[in-house]
Amino acid sequence: MKIKVKEKFNWPVTILLILGLITVIFPLYMAVVIAFKQPSEMTNSITGILSLPKSWSLANFSEAMRVTDFWHSLLNSILITVVTVVLSILIHSLLGYAIGRNKGKSKFYNFAYLYVVSGMFVPFAILMMPLVKQTAQMGIANVVGVIILYVVFYMPMNLLLYAGYLKNIPVALEEAAWVDGASTWTTYWKIIFPIMSPMHATVAVLTALGTWNDVMTPLVIMSGSGMNTLPLAQLTFQTQFGTNYNLAFASYLLALLPILIFYLFCQKQILNGVVNGAVK
Amino acid sequence: MKKMNNRERTFMLITVPILALFFCFNTLPLIKGVIYSFTNFKGYGTYDWVGFRNYIDLFQDARVGKSYLFTFKLAVVSTVAVNLISLIMALALNAKIKFKSALRGFYFVPNILGALVVGYIFNYFFTYILPALSRMMGGAGTSILADEKWAWVAIVAVCAWQSIAMNTIIYISGLQTVPEDVYEAGAIDGATGFARFKNLTFPLILPFFTINMVLCMKNFLMVFDQIMALTKGGPAQSTESISYLIYNNGMAGGQFGFQSANAVIFFVVIVVISVLQMNFLGKKEEQL
Repeated sequence: MKIKVKEKFNWPVTILLILGLITVIFPLYMAVVIAFKQPSEMTNSITGILSLPKSWSLANFSEAMRVTDFWHSLLNSILITVVTVVLSILIHSLLGYAIGRNKGKSKFYNFAYLYVVSGMFVPFAILMMPLVKQTAQMGIANVVGVIILYVVFYMPMNLLLYAGYLKNIPVALEEAAWVDGASTWTTYWKIIFPIMSPMHATVAVLTALGTWNDVMTPLVIMSGSGMNTLPLAQLTFQTQFGTNYNLAFASYLLALLPILIFYLFCQKQILNGVVNGAVK
Repeated sequence: MKKMNNRERTFMLITVPILALFFCFNTLPLIKGVIYSFTNFKGYGTYDWVGFRNYIDLFQDARVGKSYLFTFKLAVVSTVAVNLISLIMALALNAKIKFKSALRGFYFVPNILGALVVGYIFNYFFTYILPALSRMMGGAGTSILADEKWAWVAIVAVCAWQSIAMNTIIYISGLQTVPEDVYEAGAIDGATGFARFKNLTFPLILPFFTINMVLCMKNFLMVFDQIMALTKGGPAQSTESISYLIYNNGMAGGQFGFQSANAVIFFVVIVVISVLQMNFLGKKEEQL
């Protein structure tokens, strides 16, 4: 017999958690009110800074968009992130498949696995300076170079994830397809690739969050190309117009907005992706 | 040599080009970095071999020593603080609370935001809001970012603000793996409150603790964006992290060779710490 117990909520903890939200909301609130104000409304007192703006004018935002060339930066960021994610899913899952299916029985694949995965410990700081030279020599000190580098940098983590996930997919599934005369290549795209979709989601989320917010790689690789990513535009903005805080905060908000909107719609997938990635 | 069958050939055709790509943009620059570390290369022009000169200088360079001390202080304090707070947050968010999923969703927001922009927002907070607050309370009203002694605390705070979100989520997924009947059995033996946490919950989520410690430590040792946004290494080079120093002096300061040596040492340090941490925490897990 099932007894239905009326669930009792722990209200003290709930209330503490709601109060604690101030730590999350306050910095964002501050950014919003400053972004809407005019420099003349800013005084040195706290109330002057944190009070609501007199009018909710979008003037700062349009000015910030003009100064930081917002749409171009946004397009670059989207281009880099989307292409990196798509390439990562295609290339890393293939590698995960080839290595995952063979590393138990072949020394070569086992070595390949350890070789790539140990790349996780190589800090960007040591690669940075040689890579600047290398990408310049190869003529890819631009968006293309940044994308290639991301595909390489995320390879260790994503290989680990894909190879791990593949262990749970029985080879028997593929054998059935071989009997029908399908090649390994077709079998992969028809059968294995679709089965790995939960892992594709995890890889997409982790790779996208990492590349979208990264500053260092575009900073050192494409600083000479005259192109910006969204975070990079904030950096240039800071050094050039750092003193107009109202304009700066409008620009910061614009830089945060795309990912916040994305999070609003894909919150569940993002949380799942992050947890899956860390735990496996 | 035996002839490869179709399947084996397909695997080879997949693996070899991808490994070549990885070699070109990961291993090759790593090797080049090591080679540069034995030269006096400025980043342009000609250069000579200097043997171990850079490494010897490195250990006598006060600025490098200072940056290592700062980075380690930051990493250790942040890792401990973040894990402590995250654990408490996870326990709270996993309790029988109302609005559970909304609260979890809100608390994760800091993690998805870019560290650089978050750094700029907090920069303003530390430069204007906090001093104004301290003036109201009758304090001096100076910014802690300009204070050689305390600027690092501001950086810890900003790093923590973002990382707590991430670690809390991992701890929550850990807490969800603990079956309810463990608590019921524990309750019979009188395990409640802190004793329950220490003897039951914590040992069971130890693998998650390991992940968080290793992830945290590694991320904080490589801290860059926050430094860039908050202090640019100042005041008086008191908050120069290793990554920032390598970037700043290696790329613009004409110390390409010297900072390459620094980067090599940094790489070794990261590998040693990660391996030690995993071994140490792994052993603890086995004992349970």
